[in-house]
Parts: sequence; C-alpha cells; structure tokens
Amino acid sequence: MRNLTVWLFAALTAILPLSVMAQTSEQVTSFALDNGMQVVVIEDHRAPVVTHMVWYRAGSADERPGVSGVAHFLEHLLFKGTKTMEPGEFSSTVARNGGSDNAFTSYDYTAYFQRIAADRLDLVMGMEADRMINLQLDEADIATERDVIIEERNQRVENNPSALFREQKSATQYLNHRYGVPIIGWRHEMEALDLDAALDFYEMYYAPNNAILVVAGDVTPDEVRRLAEQHYGVIPANTDLPERTRPQEPPQLAERRMTMRDARVSEPYVTRSYLAPERDSGAQKEAAALMLLAELLGGGQTSFLNERLQFNEKIAVQVGAWYSATSLDDTTFDLAVVPAAGVSLQQAEDALDEALTAFLETGPDAEALERIKMQVRAEEVYDRDDAGGLARRYGRALTQGLTVEDVQAWPGILQDTTPEQIMQAARRVLDRSQSVTGWLMAPEVTQ
Amino acid sequence: MIRILLSLFLLIAALPARAEVDIKEITTPGGLTAWLVEDHAIPFVALELRFRGGASLDVQDARGATNLMVGLLEEGAADMDAQAFARARDALAAKFSYNVSDDAVAVSAQFLTENREAALDLLRASLVEPSFSPEALERVRQQVLSGLRSARTDPRDLMSKAFDGLVFGDHPYGSQLEGTVESVEALNREDIVAAHARGLTREQVYISAVGDITEADLATLLDDLLGDLPQEGAPLPAEADLNLPGGVEVVPFETPQSVAAFAQRGVDRDDPDFFAAFVLNHILGGGGFESRLMTEVREKRGLTYGVYSYLADKDAAQLWMGSVASANDRVAEAISVIRDQWARIRDEGVTAEELQDAKTYLTGAFPLRFEGNGPIASIAVGMQMDGLPLDYIANRNDMVNAVTLEQINRVARERLDPEALTFVVVGQPEGLDEQVN
Repeated sequence: MRNLTVWLFAALTAILPLSVMAQTSEQVTSFALDNGMQVVVIEDHRAPVVTHMVWYRAGSADERPGVSGVAHFLEHLLFKGTKTMEPGEFSSTVARNGGSDNAFTSYDYTAYFQRIAADRLDLVMGMEADRMINLQLDEADIATERDVIIEERNQRVENNPSALFREQKSATQYLNHRYGVPIIGWRHEMEALDLDAALDFYEMYYAPNNAILVVAGDVTPDEVRRLAEQHYGVIPANTDLPERTRPQEPPQLAERRMTMRDARVSEPYVTRSYLAPERDSGAQKEAAALMLLAELLGGGQTSFLNERLQFNEKIAVQVGAWYSATSLDDTTFDLAVVPAAGVSLQQAEDALDEALTAFLETGPDAEALERIKMQVRAEEVYDRDDAGGLARRYGRALTQGLTVEDVQAWPGILQDTTPEQIMQAARRVLDRSQSVTGWLMAPEVTQ
Repeated sequence: MIRILLSLFLLIAALPARAEVDIKEITTPGGLTAWLVEDHAIPFVALELRFRGGASLDVQDARGATNLMVGLLEEGAADMDAQAFARARDALAAKFSYNVSDDAVAVSAQFLTENREAALDLLRASLVEPSFSPEALERVRQQVLSGLRSARTDPRDLMSKAFDGLVFGDHPYGSQLEGTVESVEALNREDIVAAHARGLTREQVYISAVGDITEADLATLLDDLLGDLPQEGAPLPAEADLNLPGGVEVVPFETPQSVAAFAQRGVDRDDPDFFAAFVLNHILGGGGFESRLMTEVREKRGLTYGVYSYLADKDAAQLWMGSVASANDRVAEAISVIRDQWARIRDEGVTAEELQDAKTYLTGAFPLRFEGNGPIASIAVGMQMDGLPLDYIANRNDMVNAVTLEQINRVARERLDPEALTFVVVGQPEGLDEQVN
C-alpha cells in the first residue's frame, strides 16, 4: 500500500524517483544557436503533439537578498503583456489553438511550457521568444498578481503544517546558501515585491544565452533548428549576464535540531536531513551511489528501513528516504519516520539511528541492489512512453550544471556502482554532525 | 497592426489535430471483453482494469472495508507474504497500482514484454488469491488509521467530509470511503474477504490494454488473469438523493486560508444537453486562465490562486461542482463573485466568440490526451465505464462543434441555479453569512 505517502511527503521539492534514469539517447539531439541558446530536441512521432519548453538558468537561489519570491513572482508576471500582446493573450492564444500552457519555478530554474498540436510549434515559439525580451508590466499588474502569489503561499504553505515545517527545516539546513530561503518567498518579503524587483530579475537573467530550449514530440531536429533560429536566434545575447556563483555552505560542525508544534498536526513525525553532494558534470559517481542508497534504505516495502522499522520492530507506519540528486549546489539526503500509535518521536528517532548504524555495519543486500538495478534498466523502456517527462529531465539537468552527455551517462553509472561505493558514500553522508533532525508535533496539552 | 493580422491567421489555421487511435474490441474465449490498442513501438504493455462498484459496495457497519481490501491486495498473495510479493514484482520491474474510488476499484499495470507471463502471474495472484493475512491486515489498518487521524485536522479533508455529508446524506457517497477511525478499528478479516468477493468480479470488470501485445496473446492472458474471479458481485447502490439547499455551511477550523467547495445539480452524460453543458462549464470555470471564474476571481481581483468548476458525473449522482481557496478575510468576496458569475452567465448567456474559443480549445486539446500507452489505456477503460462506443474518439469533436449558441444559452438558463448553489467552507471566514437554506 504505497499511495498513503502522498499526504505527508508529496511536496518535498525536486525529489527524483528512480524513474528519471533512462537511456534514450537515440531520441535526443542537441545543439546551440549562435547567441548561446542551447537546444535539445526529443523525438517521439507516435502522436502529432509537441511539448515546447524554455528553461532559464535562474531560480529562487539566484535572487538578491531581501526580495525572496521574486523569481516565482516574475514567472507569474510573464503571463501579463508584452509590447504586442495584451495581458492574458499568451495563454488565451494557446488555448484557442487547443493547447495548454503553464510555468514553474524552483531553486535553480524557471521554466515555461506549452503542449500543443505539433503544427503550432511556430506559433508558441514566436510568442515565447517575444516575452523573453518584450515584457511590459505596469503597477496594476503587480498589485493584483502579488495578491495571487500570496494566496498561492496560503494554499501551499500557510494552510499546511508539513509545508511550514519543511521551510523551517531548509532554513535550518542551509546557513549560508539560498536553498534555505523558500522558492515562493518569505511572506513579509513577498508583500513588498515591486515592479523594480521583478524587472531587475528579468533584465539580469532572461536572455538566450541563459536559456535552454527543449522541444519534445512529433518534430525533427532540422525543423526545430530552423524555427529556433528564426524566433530565438535573432535575440542578442546578454553580455552582462553574471557568472552563476552563489554563497556556499560552510562545513557543518554541529548537529542541528528543531521542534515545531502546530495544532493542525494529528500525526507527528520525525525527519532527518543530511547535507549531501549533488550530481556534478563529469563527476556523478557519488551521487549515483547516494541515489541507490536512498532506494536501498527507503524505497518501498522491501527496503532496509521499511523491513526493519515497519515489518520487524513495528515502530513505524511509514518510513521514507529521498535523495535530491540533481541540484546546482549542495543538496540533501532525507529520511522520515511516522511512528506507529503509542511510539514516541524519541523512540522513533532512536530506532532510526540504530537501523542506520546496523546498515552501515552490514552493507547492502546483494539481491536488493540487483532488483533496483533491474528497475533502472526497465525505466529505459518505460521512459520512452513519456516524451514530456524526458523534456523535463533534460531541462532540469541542463539548468543544474549537467550536460546532455551527463544525463545519458547516468543510467550506466548507476549500473556500474558497486556496494563498496554505496557504503563509502553512506559513511560520508550519514553523519549526525552534519544533519538536521526535525520533530513535527501537536502542541502540548496543558491541564 | 501585427497583432490583428496574426489573430486572423490563427483563426484560419486553427484546425485541430485529429485523434487517431485504432481501438479494437476483443472478446476472450472465456467471455471477457477488452479494448486493445496494439502498438509495438515500445516493448511494454499498459493494462487497465476497472471494477465497477468500488467503495460504494461497502455494507453498513463495515465502512472502509473495500478501501482496506484494496490496500491489502499487494500485501501478500498465494504463497508470498508482502515482502516476497514486492521482491518478485520489483525483480521483474513490473509496476502495479491498486486504487479505490466511490465508483470503482482501479488496477493499473505496466510490464515488460520480456517477462510478461511472470508479471501477469504475479498480478493474478494479487487479484485472485490475496492472503489478507492477519499480520498484513493489522499493519495496513494502522496506515489507514494514521491517514484518518491526519484528515481530522486537514482543511481539505474536513471540507470533503462536510460536503459529502451535507449533499449525499445516507447514501454511501455521504461518508468517506476510508471509513472512520471507529469503523476501521472494527473491521475483521471476514469483512475484507467479503469486500473482495463483492468488489472484484468478472461481471463488473472493464479492461483496456495498450502496447506491445497481439489480440490473441491478450485474450489468453486475460482469461488466465481473471478467469478464476467470481462471476457476479453485489448490486450497485441506488441513485443518490441530492440535498442542495443553497446557502453556506461553515466548518470552523483555525487556519489562515478558507477552503470552499460548491455545487448544484449536474447533467448526466446521457442527457442530450450534456455537450452544451460541458462547453458551458468550460467557459464558466473549466479552462485554464481564460474561464470567467478565473478571470473575475483571480486575474481581476487577486482573490485566489485557483478557482474551478466541473461536471462531476458519478455513477449514482451528477453534480456541477467547484472549488476555491481564499484568505479568511477575502473568501466572502470570492464567494460573492462566484455567485454573481453563476447568475450572470445564466441570465446573459455566453457570446458567440466565447463559444467559438471554447470549441477550438476543447477540440484541439482532445487529441493531446492520447500521448503514451499509459494515458491511452486509462482513457479507453474510462470510455467503457461511461458506456461510450468505440467510435467516440473519432466523433467526439463533432459533438462539441455541434453545440449552438442558442442551445448553450438555453442550457445556461435552464440548468444553472445560483440560488441552489451550496457552499461548504472550512476555515475562519470573515463576514460570511452562514445559512444553509
């Protein structure tokens, strides 16, 4: 019974399941335009449909201090007008052509996409290129849309103690890096976001040499190249584009703990997160080891922690482990335990630590590792069914410091990862002195 | 005037892509009917099974039995315990999922061609020979109880519970399919076995398969998979008696943003006015950013992140539903705007341009749904549940295009009923008159 986990952990950002590891190189072509815009084409000719995406290497972690949420706010504002389009006309034009469109923002990227009949690629590309340079905003747009993002924050975060808890956890985990600041922004800073802040971000980061075009579906690379040169190729590069370096984390020398109480919590739980290395271009082996470690520890019924805490000790009703492999800077390895009725958070945490100690002593079960690798191989088949999913994978990777070659090498690296490499990575990362432990619980009842 | 020229061009160019999905209906030697889309491009199959009835087949005093039964299907079968089953499935890299809704038990499977038989043997064991061992029953029961306890302090769960109770009363739809803490604590193995016998039968099943398999292979495979299930199950529940008095019911709960559901009577899929109502709903609140509700509540006033309406066509009830969420001090205004829009579209109808835009969107978006084996299998099984014919995919856009301005505006006048629009709000709404009429 796996769908239970949804209520608790679904909103963990950027968690990549094993299903993101496919070898689909025969479908994928990539090239660059003269102005520096990178292009990835993923062919799937089974249906006359195309997914068109533009990814900017600019996310919330690229914001200046004091304007948290501006990357996401700007994402909303890109649906307002340009010099030649009325506010809302972008989406209504897509809709009138039977397509759908939307956008999303994360720490390391902002992406815009449309799904539409393949013969409308020219149309959506023209409009997307237009709003890369011709955005036109006024104060009225700003005021209403700011109310909308605050309601979005209400919906996603303020109404949900688990989401508030995750914000606090990230803020505790990152002392110095912007990953400690929520993507949607701190409420008090969102309330003060203005036109200047939005335009400052737009002018700094929205340019072809900071963007990646991903087109997936019933298209050919030649056709995409021709259209991309016509629409995006004419936009000059931003020669003032800043180098993408952010303040990095210092070594964590002291374990951190936090307890949050909220009256809306009915089922308390404990989380543990460790600062961990991410996939780097040309150096993905340790990340591959951590990815497999997360599966071995918490991926499903037969994982080490589930077998021990749920089935044998009956300490937990749910256990999970996640590793966010794709990230520009230092990422995290996360664990969570929802204790069984009558088990305290302290007991759950102790059981988790004992289990981790035991795992570090015994190492991975060879058959379990082989099953996981079999699933990785199978994903190469299943993934071919989802061109849109492949488009997101490449977009994400290319905005988070990886190359097309890195993406294509990843399944092979996973296959080649040895138990020794997994244990080495586990010993390095699962260190309590570089961890954050969080308890989320209801308020104490006072008599 | 570049913009105008561009628009003119678009109108002419906007012919939708055609949905070309070649579905065959097959009948197995054992008497099962299935829809198949044979496509050998990728070496795997997506298989969808739907057993009509779902959680609504729960008997009185054992609410939650079907939900718990479905949760246990992958927790041990034949001679395997839960972990042995999971190990076998993972070793084959097969994907099975088991879900329950008010009207159906849904089983989705994806498996590689290279180990199809072994994967199907395993799936068969979970459907035909689940163990329901006391150990697994207790463990999954605790998971369900954990979810139920969480739901007690989740605004959206509280909203569904209050809404269902108000609108559906004593009908199975009127209570939560997971049951209550009390009912789930009281369930025993006999309840689960009975729910299995009622809920998973050959008579109730609808089947679709898409991918790398031939007609003959599918027929054999389905008879092996489902041949040993009982033929007949329990009768379906009667039509629900809807209570939609109009007004607002408030469930007080301390949280910054109020969440609201609203509904009036809906339109049956078999009704001659269904397509007109469907297009009308798209214009009212069904689309993306373009609908009237999104324009008025979000784009113009910034009162919400999202507001939607939709036609909910359940087996035993039809509702015209919607949802919105706004800060406690703004939700009264959001509700007022929704009511005004509901009345305005009834009284004034839609414009010819709105109708045309909706048709272009709906007919253009339709073929985009058929992307990938998994989505196609899911659509094909849903069509069977809805009683739609094989040629529906080819004809559906014609039915959308046949809706006239006169018809849609008549349907708006006759069907939309702002006075009966009933709101359930969870939160601490300010300035909202609580009164269920």
